[in-house]
Amino acid sequence: MSRSFLATLALMIVVLAGLPMIAGLFGLVQATLFISMAVLALSQGFIWGYGGIMSFGQSAFFGLGGYAYAIAAIDLGESTLPLALAILVPTLFAALLGYFMFYGRISDAYVGVITLTVTVILFNVANSTAGDAWRIGQAALGGFNGIPSVPPLNVPGQPDNQLSPAALYGVAAVLLVMVYALLRGLLATKFGRVVVAIRENETRAMLLGYDPRLYKTITFAIGGGIAGLAGCLFTNWGGFVSPTVFGLQQAAQVIIFVLLGGLGTLIGPILGAVAVQYLIIAIGTQQTFNANLILGIVLLAFVLLIPRGVLPSLGLLAERIAARPAPDPAPAAVEARP
Amino acid sequence: MLAALIGFNVLTSIAELLLLVIGLGMIYGLMRIINLAHGEFLMLGAYATVVSAHAGVNLWVAMLIIAPLFVGLFGLLVERTLIRFLYGRMIDTMLATWGLSLGLIGLVTSIFGTTVRGVSAPLGSFAIGPYNASLYSVFTIIVALLTVLGLFVLLRATKFGLIVRATMQNPEMAAALGVPPGRVYMATFGLGAALTGLAGGVIAPVSGVAPGMGAAYVARAFITVLGGGAATITGSTLASTLFGTIDQVVTFWTTPVFGQVALLLFAVVMIRMLPQGITGRFFRRSI
Repeated sequence: MSRSFLATLALMIVVLAGLPMIAGLFGLVQATLFISMAVLALSQGFIWGYGGIMSFGQSAFFGLGGYAYAIAAIDLGESTLPLALAILVPTLFAALLGYFMFYGRISDAYVGVITLTVTVILFNVANSTAGDAWRIGQAALGGFNGIPSVPPLNVPGQPDNQLSPAALYGVAAVLLVMVYALLRGLLATKFGRVVVAIRENETRAMLLGYDPRLYKTITFAIGGGIAGLAGCLFTNWGGFVSPTVFGLQQAAQVIIFVLLGGLGTLIGPILGAVAVQYLIIAIGTQQTFNANLILGIVLLAFVLLIPRGVLPSLGLLAERIAARPAPDPAPAAVEARP
Repeated sequence: MLAALIGFNVLTSIAELLLLVIGLGMIYGLMRIINLAHGEFLMLGAYATVVSAHAGVNLWVAMLIIAPLFVGLFGLLVERTLIRFLYGRMIDTMLATWGLSLGLIGLVTSIFGTTVRGVSAPLGSFAIGPYNASLYSVFTIIVALLTVLGLFVLLRATKFGLIVRATMQNPEMAAALGVPPGRVYMATFGLGAALTGLAGGVIAPVSGVAPGMGAAYVARAFITVLGGGAATITGSTLASTLFGTIDQVVTFWTTPVFGQVALLLFAVVMIRMLPQGITGRFFRRSI
C-alpha cells in the first residue's frame, strides 16, 4: 500500500462524503450521473492505460449493463439480481468478443475498429426494437425511445424499500471508491503486474511464459464488467435507458475522459469524466455551440498537443521544476519527451 | 423471376458497399491510416450534392463532379493540418480523425440543423418479370465498377501509380530518387477522400441526408476493409462481394439491422481465422 494511494483514497472519500453537506438534492442527483461516468472512465482507464487494449467501444458494455439492469428490474420487481446481471452480461460479452479478437492476434488498430463497430451495431439494433414484437417478459424495449420508468435499486430482500435519490448517491459513491480501490489492488497483484508487462512488451512477456491472449481477454472482461456497473448506475440515475448509451458520442466521451485525465493513471480518468461531463452540461445550457463540435475540438487538441493527458503532464512539469535548482541536473530528467 | 430480383439486389448491395469502402480502403491499404471520419466525409459529399442540386446545379454534375472535388479538397486540407503530424502513430491518427468526425457532425449541425434533406432519385424503374427494380441501382453498379477499374488502372499502369506504390513501400528510397514523399501522401489522402465524396454523392438520392448519417454506413465500411486486408483494391472488392451478399440475403429474410448483425458476427469469426483479412492469405501480391 503506497502512501499516495492511501492519500488519494482518503481525499476521494472526504470529497464524496462531504458533498451531501454542501450540495442540495439536485446537486446530489447530478453527482450520481458524474459518478456513473467516472466508473465508466475507470473501466476505460484500466484496460487502455494499464492493459494497453485500445477499446473504442466501451459504451457497448456500458449500454449492455444499462439495458440488462432495466429489463431484469422490470421483470423481476427487485434489484439485487438485476444488479448482478448488469455486471455479468457485459463481462461475458466482453470475454467472448475478447476471445475472438485477442486469440486472433489482431493489431491494436483492428481492436479499436472492431469494438467501435460493435457499439455502432448495438446502437442500430437497440434503435430498431420498437413495437410489441420486442418484449422481454414485461419489459418493452421501445426502440429509439428506450425503456422508461425503470425501478431504482432497493434494499436487498425488500423490493418495496426503494432507494431515495440521496441514498442512490451514497451507493454510487461507495461503488466508485470500491471499484477504484479494487483496481488499485488488482494492479498490485501478480496478475496486475503481468498485465502491465504485456502492455510494455508483449513479446517479452510471452517469452517469459505468460500468455498475452489470456491476460488480455481477462483484462477486457473485467473492463466490460465495470462498464456494465457504470451503465447500471446511469440507468438508476435517470430511471430510463435509451439507445444513445451505445452511441458514437458516448463512445467518444469515454475516450476523452481518459485522454484528458491521463493515460496510465486511475484518478486521471475520474477527474477527466467529471470535467467533461461538467463541460457538456455547461454546453447544454447555451445554444451557441454544439456539444459534438466542442468534444471534437477537445479530442483533437489533446491528441495533437497534450497526448499524455493533464495529470501526467502536470507530473512531468513538477519533475522538471523540481529538477531545475539542482546544481548538475541529469540530462534525462530535463529532456523534453515527445 | 424472384431469384433474378434477389440477384439484382445482391449486386446493388455489393456495388454500394464497394463504393462506400474504396476510399477508406485505399487510404488504409497505402498509408496504414484508418480514417474514423470516413462517415463524415461521406456526409460532406452528400451535403455537397444536395446543396448544389438545390442551388440549381444539374444533379449529375453535383454528384459526380462537385461532391468528389469538394471532399477531395477538404481531404487535402485535413492531411496538411492534421494527418501529417501523426504519420506512424496509428492509434493517434484514429483518435484525431475521430475528433474530426465529431467536430464535423457538430459543425454541419450548427450550419444546416438536424433536419433530414434529400433529392429525389433520378431515373425511373424497369421490370424484372412482375417486380419493379430501380434504374438508379443500375447506375450505382456502373459507377462502382468504373471507380474500381479506374483506381486499379491508375495504381497499376500509370507513372503516378508507380510513384505512389513506391513511396508507400519505402519513403526514404523514393525521396532519394527525387520524389517528395510529403506531396505523395497528400495526393493519396486527397484521392481517397475524393472517392469517399463520390460515394456520398451517389448515395445522397437514396438515403436521408443529415449530419449523423455517417453512423449508418461506417460499421459496414470498417468491417469490410478489415475483412479485405492489406491489398485493398482486391481485398475491398472480394470482401464487398462476400459481405454484400451476406448482408442482402439476411436483410431479405429479416431486417437491414440484422443484415448488419450477421455481417459483424461473420467478420468477428473470420478475423479469428484470417486475422490479416482475405488478402492476408490469398492474392497476397495484388494491390
